Amino acid sequence: MTHALKDQSCIVGVGETAFVRGAGRTVLSQVAEACSRAIADAGLVPGQLDGLVLSGTKVFGEAVAATVGLSDLTYTASVHLGGANPVAALQSAAMAVTTGVATAVLVPYGWNGYSETRISRREEDGTAAAQDAGPVAGDDTMSQAVLNAYAPMGVFGPVQFYSWLATRHSELYGITAEHTAEIALLSRANAQSNPKAYMQGRPLTFEDYMASPMISSPLRMYDCCLETDGACAVVVTSAERAADALHTPVYISGVAEGHPFPADDFESRADIADIGLKRAAPRAFAMADVSVADLDFAQIYDCFTYVVLLQLEALGLCGTGEVGDYVSGGRLRIGGELPINTHGGLHSEAHVESLNHIVEAVRQLRHEADLQVEDCEVGLITGWGNFAEGSAAILRR
Amino acid sequence: MSSVSDDPAAVARPTPRGEGLWGEFFAFCNQGELRFQRCSQCGIWRHMPRDGCRSCGSTQWAWERSSGFGHVYTWTVTHRALHPGFAEDVPYAAVIAELDEGVRITAMADGIDADDLRLGLPVHVVVNDDGSYRIASR
Repeated sequence: MTHALKDQSCIVGVGETAFVRGAGRTVLSQVAEACSRAIADAGLVPGQLDGLVLSGTKVFGEAVAATVGLSDLTYTASVHLGGANPVAALQSAAMAVTTGVATAVLVPYGWNGYSETRISRREEDGTAAAQDAGPVAGDDTMSQAVLNAYAPMGVFGPVQFYSWLATRHSELYGITAEHTAEIALLSRANAQSNPKAYMQGRPLTFEDYMASPMISSPLRMYDCCLETDGACAVVVTSAERAADALHTPVYISGVAEGHPFPADDFESRADIADIGLKRAAPRAFAMADVSVADLDFAQIYDCFTYVVLLQLEALGLCGTGEVGDYVSGGRLRIGGELPINTHGGLHSEAHVESLNHIVEAVRQLRHEADLQVEDCEVGLITGWGNFAEGSAAILRR
Repeated sequence: MSSVSDDPAAVARPTPRGEGLWGEFFAFCNQGELRFQRCSQCGIWRHMPRDGCRSCGSTQWAWERSSGFGHVYTWTVTHRALHPGFAEDVPYAAVIAELDEGVRITAMADGIDADDLRLGLPVHVVVNDDGSYRIASR
């Protein structure tokens, strides 16, 4: 039976700010700029947007609405899967416009990922939150684990959390630096064609990669993505309304979220390799009624190189433990079997959670990308966040 | 591997927040005992502390003493401290150990060379006099 959401909604507008280190302005002002661009790209005016799905709590919906001019919202929601948020937000937006709860939904995300929240700032003043025993208003899903079990043991951030997954996987299956380097190198190579990419004009070699300092084994500096300031937004509307859009509509064919269990600690999972995408991907593919063989490109959430490797296996592109061979030989490069992160990704374009992956996927499917995958029809986006939450969306033109 | 710094000038490391059930867990540590919750209905051990059993949903449980024996499940060796309280300890290993009771626990390695870490390495959770705990080889 056809899934009720399959191809019932479309992304009709995309927008973004510049991606910089040091925006010198608030997150809200950047989010508002991205929203305005996305609304204009959709051929709409702000008052026609009646839905708003936020990712996390970097901005308040009320403030976004008041700044952008969303004067009569009928649907608001927020999702909380860290970097997997924007792709999961597409699911909420698709439900809203398919059911008629809203007619056009804005999905924005932005942050001052460099100038306000970059991880290395914690080294300077020790504000890793772990010493704050007082109010819990700022707590997130991960707080109990971090504040009680991890921070006292010197574990503060994703580069360490995900290294636990990477170490076990690499020890079991013989993954090497050559394999992780391929993700860093292809991202940087793709970014050279993207004027918006923070790393355009700054190529990376394997020697550079190997010479970069170890942060937390097995992850080196160039296994880590960028921390940047910036915002993106997309507009989702019903397939029926999308026929009037300015650009080629991009259909949400399949979309799903998946949570590891338990999602708020790593230790008590039956298998630490139980990442959210293993649950989300089959649901998204079933909804879209496509297989991995149908994909023309994929934008894989790349907060760290090894996280990409784990997701390639979770997607079923190769068997468990086979990703080392899979990524070798240029398969994921432009012109290869499945080009990934064609804009440079979080590694080399910018870190706007998974929303800049969505924007790039839409431009690919409109056939308007800087580094265009020829004649592409179907593409995949994944999200990853917090303690390995996952989300996946399959889009088609 | 570095072990705990004795330098009084060093920036203090974060201490566990220790509220609720976590406070009970650390109170046992302060007595030198490693105890975990064990479900009274289905018998599985659990950590982190929770009000209900992830397996059967039961809210009946007891704190039971662990042998502390187990093996290395995974680890990471941190070379760049993300907090000034650990700046003098790098490189240090944060190990997840799987104990014989089936429960896993995270702690810094103590006295284990990073090059000797491997999956399945037999280890022992050592609870110190101050209630802190470390993972040592056995």
